[in-house]
Amino acid sequence: MSDQQMPDPSLLRGALMRRTSRRDVLRYAGMGAAGVSMASILAACGVKGQTTTANPTAADEPGSAAWWEEQKKADLNGTMVNFTNWPQYIDIKKVNGQRTYPTLAAFTAETGVNVTYRASINSNDTFYASIRPDLEAGQPTNSDIIVITNGQVLAEMIDLGYLIPLDPTLHPNFDANADPTAKDPAYDPGNKHTMAWQSGFTGIVYNSKFVDPAPTSFDDLLNTKYAGKIGMFADNADQPALIMMHLGVNPETSTPDDWAKAADWLQKQKDMGIVRKYYTQDYLTALENEDIWIGIGWSGDILIDNLYYDLPQLGFVIPEGGAVIWTDNMCIPQKAANPVGAEKLMDWYYKSDIAAQLTEWNNYVSPVPSGKDIIQQDANAATGADKAVLEAVLKSPLVFPTPEIAANVHRYRVLTPEEEQQWNDLFVPIYES
Amino acid sequence: MERSVRSDLRELGDPPKRKGKRRGQAAAPYLLQAPANLWQIVFFVVPMFAMLVLSLESGSSRQGFVFDWHTQNYVDALTKYTPQYVNTFRNATIVTVSGLLIAYPISYWIAFRGGRRKSTYLFLVLLPFLVSFVIRTLSWSFILADDGIILSPLKRWGLLATDFHILATTPAVVAGITYNLLPFTILPLFVSLDRIDKRLVEAASDLYASRAQAFWKIVFPLSLPGVFASVLLTFIPAVGDYVNAEVLGGPGSKMIGNIIESQFLTFRNYPKASALAFIVMVLMLVGAVSYARLLGTEEITT
Repeated sequence: MSDQQMPDPSLLRGALMRRTSRRDVLRYAGMGAAGVSMASILAACGVKGQTTTANPTAADEPGSAAWWEEQKKADLNGTMVNFTNWPQYIDIKKVNGQRTYPTLAAFTAETGVNVTYRASINSNDTFYASIRPDLEAGQPTNSDIIVITNGQVLAEMIDLGYLIPLDPTLHPNFDANADPTAKDPAYDPGNKHTMAWQSGFTGIVYNSKFVDPAPTSFDDLLNTKYAGKIGMFADNADQPALIMMHLGVNPETSTPDDWAKAADWLQKQKDMGIVRKYYTQDYLTALENEDIWIGIGWSGDILIDNLYYDLPQLGFVIPEGGAVIWTDNMCIPQKAANPVGAEKLMDWYYKSDIAAQLTEWNNYVSPVPSGKDIIQQDANAATGADKAVLEAVLKSPLVFPTPEIAANVHRYRVLTPEEEQQWNDLFVPIYES
Repeated sequence: MERSVRSDLRELGDPPKRKGKRRGQAAAPYLLQAPANLWQIVFFVVPMFAMLVLSLESGSSRQGFVFDWHTQNYVDALTKYTPQYVNTFRNATIVTVSGLLIAYPISYWIAFRGGRRKSTYLFLVLLPFLVSFVIRTLSWSFILADDGIILSPLKRWGLLATDFHILATTPAVVAGITYNLLPFTILPLFVSLDRIDKRLVEAASDLYASRAQAFWKIVFPLSLPGVFASVLLTFIPAVGDYVNAEVLGGPGSKMIGNIIESQFLTFRNYPKASALAFIVMVLMLVGAVSYARLLGTEEITT
């Protein structure tokens, strides 16, 4: 097909938009016509990209002030919020063999809004891939709140207008209690679309039964003593960032040269034949089963194993070069059935006592610093094993980071679409072979 | 006589009507086929066309994809993933051959020695396969864990080096696929072996054939249609498998299915994933058709 036959880009863009209009009629009529340019039909098979406006104003534009006013008129009592989150991420209490969520139950008691909680997100990418077709087609995703890590997927969802901009008047607790680092993050200026759920670290995990003394940097992951027992990540966010820090580079401001150096390091490690496997979520099982002795992992996983599953031999260290800090964010996908209820629930987790209750259970870094005093009070009031666990949580630098740790952690590199391609070409082939 | 001829004519009906009836008869097979054809068109031809179109688009999930005859997708798909193609076709070949070697004696024994309990034995073969494919694969990862129930005692008795492991290696992937596809290897073999007239073997020994001769000259040639079907039913799913490589594999043992899966679900590079899928499909189609032409028998369809 020659260039002349290609319609001009603005026409193509128009053809990609979902509208039942004269254009469709023309398109279908054109299909019948003999010498029709194939591209215009084929464009209908395309996958949409950026089409939404950045600053909604009209009342029919979800997220605009007028739209929110309209939404707030409805009676919330008895409505339902569908909350989709990651596994092992919320307080659970067994009541008569039934699984209940105390902090959600308290929300229902206070507001009359019921909550259906699903722990069905195992990966940002796969979860997003599963809801993307609905979002693209303008269909509801059956979730009112989803939890997405800061990174490429979140950036794309914001870019494509797949998230409803929040109503700033609906989150008073957030305004009052959120940690300064949770407010106005670089990946979502002004918290326009997101509110942090929890944060955590990615660093080195190890089993002290086999790795003694404790590892200090990624040099320990080149040690042939652990050949075949080293687990790396099948991921192109945490792993490259950690290696860049090991090489003395801040990943947030890294250049393509730095990326190449990190990729070389990873390739060298792979060529040594000492890496057992590039893991995803299943690294934890491998570590618990002693299939791997040392590797990359998440702080909260190890703390939960230490405190609740009687696995004190597992450890987490912030490597000398530094660790990755990530934040999982609550957000409202387009076409959510109950956006007002959703945002109220998001704000609910910024109440100090609710945030404390959550931290006591999931051991990640809370965006609500005032929760610490409440955990202290609970620890003082508790006895026996409960007290020991709460004291351990309070003392853990992974739940309440010390200033040294806070100074030694970095976030992911924010990539433009062009850079993303280059980045993927460097880091993906390492683990995908 | 006259009456009977007339009545015969009456039974045959008027000539124009007869013509119409014939036309109806001619259309009947097509009408009977129509539901199946419609099914094929809606669920195979149309999606395949959509995939073909998608495979020629360019762009990214973030900026949108545009159709522009982007054949580079095919070049990338063919050149960038050589190790994974090699892994895939090598693994599938080993799986098919070892599957046949395991399945043939089992099918033979059930068909010739199973007696009245044939269906019980077949049921026992199929029993594990009532459990989900993924769960069975995951349980292998527990059974074969470095300190699991098999390796741990062997290491304690000094039969294996302490750092020996099966998981996260290519042999584990091959073994996993072989195990998972075994019923597809066994069933067609059993069917063709079971159909062999046992008296032919008796006749052969009456004519002084040794047991080995009777097997190689009578039984094995007659079971070839089953072997042919087994090979197809094992090789094709083995090429497409990605669960085993994901769960049981390690660095360097990814197969082309893993790449397609991650291009679709992780990188949302739909054009590249479609190109990869299309290449594998064409390779399989050409392979299967030429295999059928060269070695196939008509009995394959019966």
